[in-house]
Amino acid sequence: MSKIKAENVNVYYGSKQALFDVSINIAEKEVTALIGPSGCGKSTFLRCLNRMNDVIDICRVEGSIKMDELELNSRKLDVVRLRENVGMVFQKPNPFPKTIYENVAYGPTIHGIAQSKEEMDQVVETSLKKAALWNEVKDRLDEIGTGLSGGQQQRLCIARAISVSPEVILMDEPCSALDPIATAQIEELIDDLKKEVTIVIVTHSMSQAARVSQKTGFFHLGKLIEFGSTEKIFKNPDNQQTQDYITGRFG
Amino acid sequence: MNNYKKNLLKKRYNAERRFQWYGKIAIGLALTFLAVFMFQIFSKGYSAFQKTWIVTEVHYDKELLLIDAESPSKDDLENADYYDVAYKAMTSLDPGLPEEEDRQLIQMVSYKYETEVKDLLLKNPDFLGKIVPIKLTASDDVDQVHKGNYPRDIPEENRRVNDYQLQIYDMLNERGDILSEFNISFFTNPDSREAELAGIASSFMGTVFSILVCLAFSFPIAVLAAIYLEEFAPKNKFTDFIEVNINNLAAVPSIVFGLLGLGVLLAVFNLPRSTPLVGGIALSLMTLPTIIIAARASLKAVPPSIREAALAMGASNMQTTMHHTVPLSMPGTLSGTIIGLAQALGETAPLILIGMVAFVNTIPGTPVDPAASLPVQIYIWSESAERGFVEKVSACIMVLLAFLILMNLAAQIVRHKFEKKWS
Repeated sequence: MSKIKAENVNVYYGSKQALFDVSINIAEKEVTALIGPSGCGKSTFLRCLNRMNDVIDICRVEGSIKMDELELNSRKLDVVRLRENVGMVFQKPNPFPKTIYENVAYGPTIHGIAQSKEEMDQVVETSLKKAALWNEVKDRLDEIGTGLSGGQQQRLCIARAISVSPEVILMDEPCSALDPIATAQIEELIDDLKKEVTIVIVTHSMSQAARVSQKTGFFHLGKLIEFGSTEKIFKNPDNQQTQDYITGRFG
Repeated sequence: MNNYKKNLLKKRYNAERRFQWYGKIAIGLALTFLAVFMFQIFSKGYSAFQKTWIVTEVHYDKELLLIDAESPSKDDLENADYYDVAYKAMTSLDPGLPEEEDRQLIQMVSYKYETEVKDLLLKNPDFLGKIVPIKLTASDDVDQVHKGNYPRDIPEENRRVNDYQLQIYDMLNERGDILSEFNISFFTNPDSREAELAGIASSFMGTVFSILVCLAFSFPIAVLAAIYLEEFAPKNKFTDFIEVNINNLAAVPSIVFGLLGLGVLLAVFNLPRSTPLVGGIALSLMTLPTIIIAARASLKAVPPSIREAALAMGASNMQTTMHHTVPLSMPGTLSGTIIGLAQALGETAPLILIGMVAFVNTIPGTPVDPAASLPVQIYIWSESAERGFVEKVSACIMVLLAFLILMNLAAQIVRHKFEKKWS
């Protein structure tokens, strides 16, 4: 079943076009990986899904992106409500310079998800458990989040993203700043999370895409070259460019 | 390695060594200037923190005090006539002096000596009828003689202390009846025309009130302006124009703000002249651009990743700003504010224009009482002819510098304390 349906999405930065007619169907409760060389537009596309491109003044998005019949690329859309439903994890771990508890509790607080202190404690604990961080931090929830290791920080960011129970989580190269062990932990986590949420992940690591995703899209120069099941893309792609990229001949 | 390469390497090392030396010389020069400046001020000013007293005996004679009552009440003591008692206390220093020359002795103490005689009795009512020793404030001339600031070798007719007075001074000094104590009245007295009585209490309070008014006006306005410009305003020609003008405002000479205060605050709004309220508002115009620039710079320095994190969590622009960006920018904003206030603290020109240069011999209790300020006090005293004011000028500069150092220290502490939260 399709969760997000993008049709003919064009994105411009000023007069420069960054995405050309991208159409894609992202399935519910699956991991969709977006791969491609740097500057190919995969992050730009990802940021269309929670309207983070709004932050960039010169950015203009055309086309239709629907999430469960809700048009995302519309002026009337309430981006605050959208972002409650579509969480995001960034390339560089960016916890708030506040305590671990406050980091996770921030979303539930502003969206009014937990009313009492007990409820909030519960939300924080559940989120940290789902992010496989609870055991490491349960005794020091009042320590500053930025004092954790890189991998822990990124899992804290994931806990923060899932604290408001979003339907979709966007991940923008979540492991590129992490060591292999931390990367493995995050990948395991993604595998767990996909039982409940739809995940779209941008990655530079082909092996990571192969390991964690069910569907893969290959972007090149702002175009979606090929999209299909991960197995097919990695074993027997239709397109020659995809083949070249997968086998490391360019990119 | 061939010779050419060797030479090149040597040259590179030499260039670096030379550059380091230039730097060291520059720092050395700066420190020398600072040391000379400090030495000048301290060597001239330290003596102002000492006060000279003349010790004599006073006879609280009931008859001379014109007290009739057997056991006089507080009011009787209050209303008694101390003129003769005080006069006698001084003339008793040299009983052989003909009466018409008495003035010479009276001139050796401050003109307020009668009050001092009265205050001692009011404090100790049981002294009535007794002969007790008393400390009287020495006149500024005797004070300067005692501190060694008064050359004795100039001809008598050019000297404010004549040979007879010097003789009495030497006699008293030998007897140990000239006392030198810490000058508390320098901090508790308002300004006075008499150097020995002049203090910084009125100008100090004036400065404190001005700075508070300045803070109350400039900080909220500047921070709101900075937050709006940095976080909410669209980036277009108009906001660029505003930004350029804020930077220009920071470069406007302070006297212009004084004229503005004079023309608008005093002439149009009829605010009370010579008050810290008006002075503070004029100073806040000067401080505004400094705080706006500092606040904007520290808002800009908040990593965009924090904003993105908050926005991606579904925080509105307002929430992102108030929950994350502004708290993180506060150390920079606060230390910028303190630096701006420190500048305002040393400002003289605008205060002179709005009348804070008036002679004020009362201590202001509120920002709408007339007051001077420390830098203006320095200016007023430096205009005074009496020798006694020379050391006061330097002492006042020392107090102002101490105030400035304290504020800069506060800026450092604020920055340090809040920045710890980052890591």
